[in-house]
Amino acid sequence: MSAIQTINKKLVGFFCLALLAGPTSAWADYALNMTKGVTKISEEVYDLHMLVLIICTVVGIGVFGVIIYSLINHRKSKGAVAAQFHESTTVEVIWTTIPLVILILIAIPATGTLLKIEDSSDADVTIKVTGWQWKWQYDYLDENVSFFSSLSEASNKARQRDSGINVYDVKHYLLSVNEPIVVPVNKKVRILTTSNDVIHAWWVPALGLKRDAIPGYINESWFKAEKTGTYRGQCAELCGKDHGFMPIVVEVVDQDKYKQWVVAKQEQAIAEAAASGKAMSKSELMARGEKVYKGNCMACHQDKGQGLPPMFPALAGSKIATGPVKAHMDIVIHGKPGTAMQAFAQQLNDADLAAVITYERNSWGNSAGMVQPSDVKAAR
Amino acid sequence: MSTATATHDQHDHHPTGITRWLFTTNHKDIGTLYLWFSFIMLLTGGAMAMVIRAELLYPGMQVVDPNFFNMMTTMHGLIMVFGAIMPATVGLANWLIPMMIGAPDMALPRMNNWSFWILPFAALMLVAPMFMGGNFSSGQGPAFGWTFYQPLSGQYDKLAFFIFAVHLLGLSSIMGSINIIATILNMRAPGMTLMKMPLFVWTWLITAFLLIAVMPVLAGAVTMMLTDKYFGTSFFHAAGGGDPVLFQHVFWFFGHPEVYIMILPAFGIVSQIIPTFSRKPLFGYASMVYATAAIAFLSFIVWAHHMFTVGMPVAGELYFMYATVMIAVPTAVKVFNWTATMWKGSLTFETPMLWAVAFVFLFTIGGFTGLMLGVAPADFQYHDTYFVVAHFHYVLVTGALFAIIAAVYYWLPKWTGHMYDEKLAKIHFWVSAISVNVLFFPQHFLGLAGMPRRIPDYAVQFADWNFVSSIGGFVFGLSQILFLFIVIKTIRGGAKATDRVWDSADGLEWTVPSPAPYHTFETAPEIK
Ligand SMILES: [Cu+2]
Repeated sequence: MSAIQTINKKLVGFFCLALLAGPTSAWADYALNMTKGVTKISEEVYDLHMLVLIICTVVGIGVFGVIIYSLINHRKSKGAVAAQFHESTTVEVIWTTIPLVILILIAIPATGTLLKIEDSSDADVTIKVTGWQWKWQYDYLDENVSFFSSLSEASNKARQRDSGINVYDVKHYLLSVNEPIVVPVNKKVRILTTSNDVIHAWWVPALGLKRDAIPGYINESWFKAEKTGTYRGQCAELCGKDHGFMPIVVEVVDQDKYKQWVVAKQEQAIAEAAASGKAMSKSELMARGEKVYKGNCMACHQDKGQGLPPMFPALAGSKIATGPVKAHMDIVIHGKPGTAMQAFAQQLNDADLAAVITYERNSWGNSAGMVQPSDVKAAR
Repeated sequence: MSTATATHDQHDHHPTGITRWLFTTNHKDIGTLYLWFSFIMLLTGGAMAMVIRAELLYPGMQVVDPNFFNMMTTMHGLIMVFGAIMPATVGLANWLIPMMIGAPDMALPRMNNWSFWILPFAALMLVAPMFMGGNFSSGQGPAFGWTFYQPLSGQYDKLAFFIFAVHLLGLSSIMGSINIIATILNMRAPGMTLMKMPLFVWTWLITAFLLIAVMPVLAGAVTMMLTDKYFGTSFFHAAGGGDPVLFQHVFWFFGHPEVYIMILPAFGIVSQIIPTFSRKPLFGYASMVYATAAIAFLSFIVWAHHMFTVGMPVAGELYFMYATVMIAVPTAVKVFNWTATMWKGSLTFETPMLWAVAFVFLFTIGGFTGLMLGVAPADFQYHDTYFVVAHFHYVLVTGALFAIIAAVYYWLPKWTGHMYDEKLAKIHFWVSAISVNVLFFPQHFLGLAGMPRRIPDYAVQFADWNFVSSIGGFVFGLSQILFLFIVIKTIRGGAKATDRVWDSADGLEWTVPSPAPYHTFETAPEIK
């Protein structure tokens, strides 16, 4: 998009703000309202939102109309003489009762919708969603499928300060992940949210679902998507430095496709478990380690291991990454309590851990030997 | 604001120079100190808002790093709430309450001095960690949001600074409130019955009780955080058998009344100004008092509407939804009252009236979005988005801050003895009133379209409204520099103000000379 086009668009936006007319083609890019979404609940929520919005608009026009009439006609410069009336019980009873009646009219449908939202019984699929700083873990409890989902590499590169990448060229910038979750259409999916560290919130607007992920709690909620497609959302509760960079992507597919995906995930897990025990060459470890590093460590320790001291220490030349290998494995596997350094024992398998530790010990000028998956297994 | 000229002081010696301000027990001096302190904080918190808007001007990260961004949003919120809005209303209370009720000073003048002088140290302790990183860009200020939810805030390694700053702020607020209650209940001039008090006094009396009720709760919350962090307890740690959600309940039991602590004095101010420039008494004085008390009462029993998504039992969600939307009733009564006061008045639009009328319009918009947010099922979509950001900025900026600015213009001639520059003041108003809407109105759209709050970067579909909002923000921010200029200009000179200042101003403060003498009402005035 050229600079002029950009500015033009901004100007159009600016004037639309003043107009607030119904949607026209020029508006197509501007989302002004809540999504209707693709579930019954999200539609009901949308209707409720519109009901209250319309009531407020009507009341607003009434009250503001009276004030504006006064401002125009009851001004001293027009010769208005002040009436001295005040206190009227009748008037005050009327204008206390009217809002009360309106509120009851709103509360009735709101109660109905709320009861439906909180009824997560009889689910077809149950997914446990665990928040981590700063990615999501998905466990399909009955299917034995489990994986992590984090910001896609393209978005992650582009979002670095002064990356030089035009974010308009990145597809679904900040709203794409390395691995989306897949769910079947027209099935009740129960979402159990919890967290491994701080509070996050799992939110997909099109599913009408937002629920906090809280350590020590398992929160229940559900959705039933009625249209296949890809729906995107984000973490909605401030969870630290990279809160803005842990998106959610849900792919709603038909039943057959979903079954195929589950089988493929299960086979992949078996293959990975088998490979994880084997010894690896240094170049294999380094290549795999670099990938793991980028996905899990770089956000804090940075691309050249320089860290963001003092909160996130450097790894290049650090005591841990060049000293005894045992201490290094310990901190990566078990984390460091009271700091942002988390335990990776559950997030990464033996091969990934061995690879990333080897990578950290042999990059950015460090040269401190290799670690094999079997070493990690022993250190767990 | 300062009555620096000693010529009007018919009375004995008070110290001059710095010691006058350090040791003062005079309610007017202390009011002035509070007001200048809050103005400095307003500009500081405003500068942080400018950094936030600069980063959000375009998608992609250009200006700051994510952690610094979080530090800006956190410090902006804390400074504006505890440093700007609250001290400003306390400053107004100090200046005005004794004059409005015909008292010579506050009931507890020495404690009054201490309540103020704690504040700068609390503020210093709050901002100090921002400068503890070697250089400013790696500052280590709090970055966990002004609501400092656990466990995130527990990860912060300079938590003690934050906790003690909050303790000091709380101490200052509690002492200030005790003083205000003691003054209002004991020092009214003969004949000034409770139901004759100006509404500003009423709203502050109720606010002071709110403060005394909830500040200790906040102190409890941060003390539990302190022992969790440094002494091995687990009040809020799930792993140790504690409960992170308990923190939110405790915080919002403080936090919800807190928003009324900021807005009730604003209601009082507007209820003083609108009758003056309508040349007509307030339509329903008694119902305004009762509505204020009703709002204060309701504010204690609705806190969990900030937490609909934490997974409460459905009965709890229903209760908090019903209780919350009930607040719309007394709030509507207030708006209807202001409307009825203007109706068939004889209106003029001096600057204080412009701000007060803008308050009525824009606060009402904030009230509408508040009602929308109270509807729990819809809140599941609104919660933690820019819709919420838009809502509370309409309430706190175009609500509380606009009323405070209106108050400054309204009483500045009484404080300084000079009229402000009406032309500049009108420019200040119009630029602010337009830009503030360009700043905050589009944020409703952003939130509804799905943009979470507290994120340093966003998907490109949010780019256009963020751009518009940032431009509005820069203009609004800059226009407050003009405010500073106008205030200083008024202090230094200007047309001489009459005693009554506004032709139909009503109240005891308008019966004393302008500027108000250092000591007023040493003999109590007579109330008809
Ligand atoms: Cu998160």
